[in-house]
Amino acid sequence: MFDPIMYLKVFAIGGLVCLIGQILIITTKMTSARILVSFLLLGVALEALGLFQPIKEFAGSGITIPIIGFGASLAHGAIDAGNTMGLLGVFTGGLTATAAGIAAAVLAGYIVGLIFNSKTKK
Amino acid sequence: MLNRLGKQTLLFRNRPKVVGSYSVVGPKEGRGNFGKFFDKILEDDLFGEKSYEAAESKMLKLAITEAINNAKINKDEIDALFAGDLMNQIISSSFAARKLDIPYLGLFGACSTMAESLIMGSCYVDGGFARYAACATGSHFSSAEKQFRFPLELGTQRPPTSQWTVTGTGCTILGNTSTSNIYIENATIGKVVDWNVTDANNMGAAMAPAAMSTLKAHLDDTGRTPEDYDLILTGDLGKLGSEILMDLMEYNGYKIGNNYNDCGQMIFSNTQKTFMGGSGCGCGASILNSYIYSRMRNNELKSVLFIATGALMSTVSSQQGNSIPSIAHAVSIKIEGSK
Amino acid sequence: MNELERNERYNAYVEAKMPKTKPWPSLFHAFWVGGLICCLGELIKDLCLYFFPYMTTQDAATWSLVALIILAALFTGLGIFDRIGAYAGAGTIIPITGFSNSIASPAVEFKREGLVFGLMSKMFIIAGPVIVSGVVASIVVGIIYLFI
Repeated sequence: MFDPIMYLKVFAIGGLVCLIGQILIITTKMTSARILVSFLLLGVALEALGLFQPIKEFAGSGITIPIIGFGASLAHGAIDAGNTMGLLGVFTGGLTATAAGIAAAVLAGYIVGLIFNSKTKK
Repeated sequence: MLNRLGKQTLLFRNRPKVVGSYSVVGPKEGRGNFGKFFDKILEDDLFGEKSYEAAESKMLKLAITEAINNAKINKDEIDALFAGDLMNQIISSSFAARKLDIPYLGLFGACSTMAESLIMGSCYVDGGFARYAACATGSHFSSAEKQFRFPLELGTQRPPTSQWTVTGTGCTILGNTSTSNIYIENATIGKVVDWNVTDANNMGAAMAPAAMSTLKAHLDDTGRTPEDYDLILTGDLGKLGSEILMDLMEYNGYKIGNNYNDCGQMIFSNTQKTFMGGSGCGCGASILNSYIYSRMRNNELKSVLFIATGALMSTVSSQQGNSIPSIAHAVSIKIEGSK
Repeated sequence: MNELERNERYNAYVEAKMPKTKPWPSLFHAFWVGGLICCLGELIKDLCLYFFPYMTTQDAATWSLVALIILAALFTGLGIFDRIGAYAGAGTIIPITGFSNSIASPAVEFKREGLVFGLMSKMFIIAGPVIVSGVVASIVVGIIYLFI
């Protein structure tokens, strides 16, 4: 807990992931939806290849906070539940593992949408 | 006797006059380079309405009614209203027209609509179909962002070639009277030009060939050179687009430069972070109906060739990977007594 | 010169004419803002573990995700997020804050078209593809793992 070295690693890896994303935006003119999808799928792939866990142990939030972590949780959930429950687990596992995030985003988005109005850019 | 010059140019022998004009812009445009010329600058671009679309419509209606007042005529004397905008099914114009009680023809020419409406109004007045005609158009940054790009609150970066849709409307009243010395001399109707530019964030590059095609046709039809005009003014090519137009004209053997400018390039100051400048129907409309007419009234400009350019794509065509077809119409505006 | 050739030459000319912005400032902005958001996530996780000693690390990590999502949605509503995003680019898009912003921003924008066809259905115009591709990909991966 509160280990400065860990925070350095989180900052470095988290920043690096975003930097790679920025390079992609500049070179390919990708919109944010495509960037999000690409990095999510990257997370799924890393988890499927067994590479996500070692990175997570090294960088903690540096890799779980980026959308890569969301993709990895989806895949991890599907694989885990598949092992215990079979095919049905493959269907339920991914969304179960990420339910908190999706539910929070939907609820927060809904409430914010109810309260606020869009403001013009300056 | 045909009222035509060459293949694409209409000649208005009765010289329809610009008898009134009005421009309305948003706060950002008011802080730009032409703040002191606009007739009305809004403090809030929602303009007391519930949505940006409604605000755009209200701005258009205000420009039309105030231009009629500016012309010092009665609303009943306006026999035709030509208006258009960028919203799907041109709702801003039609919704502005529903309370005006004036015979109305809606136009769509994307950002070329100011020139298109001036051409239609000139035809009506010149042909004796109307005593007075109102020609109006406008655009709104926030409604255009919502329709063409992303939600306003989405945290994305604007590409360096992008332009900023102008929140602004403008209206010109044309009539066959002698109360004004500014008149519409002739107009060149453009053809749809598509040089296979697909990047919707680089409108200037998509529209520059259309501007080139229309300008060339205008010069061919009238037998003029670019120097015959005090000012050649394109609508919203932006910084990149206007540089491309100058290159294209040079490639075709015409030198424009000293007497050339672009509304999109002019409207915002360099500190306003709009990258290539302004765009949208309201860009040309607000500059023409304020700064340009005012300089013509003061005899500082005697002949202006106004070329409004429009990109004729939709979000659907863009998503399907289509290139961007473009159009440009040129209107020659002069003051009496000039060559 | 035929039309195809002209268009190709023109597009090459436009590409060369386009203003070249230096990528370094935006890369640096993305790096430090992105890194900072991840550190904030780590801090929230550590605070959870500190105040609730019996909480598992996994639950603390999930709470930090939820907290960042709620914060990002709030900043979106207040009209601050788009300004940070204009500065940081991928630095705010790639962390989970970008996912939250992509749901909250259309919700705010389209509420004027009503609750059902505006706010609720337009909420997913950007995040929809993320959820769809993620669910499909995870099921494919899960099925492959069933057989190995």
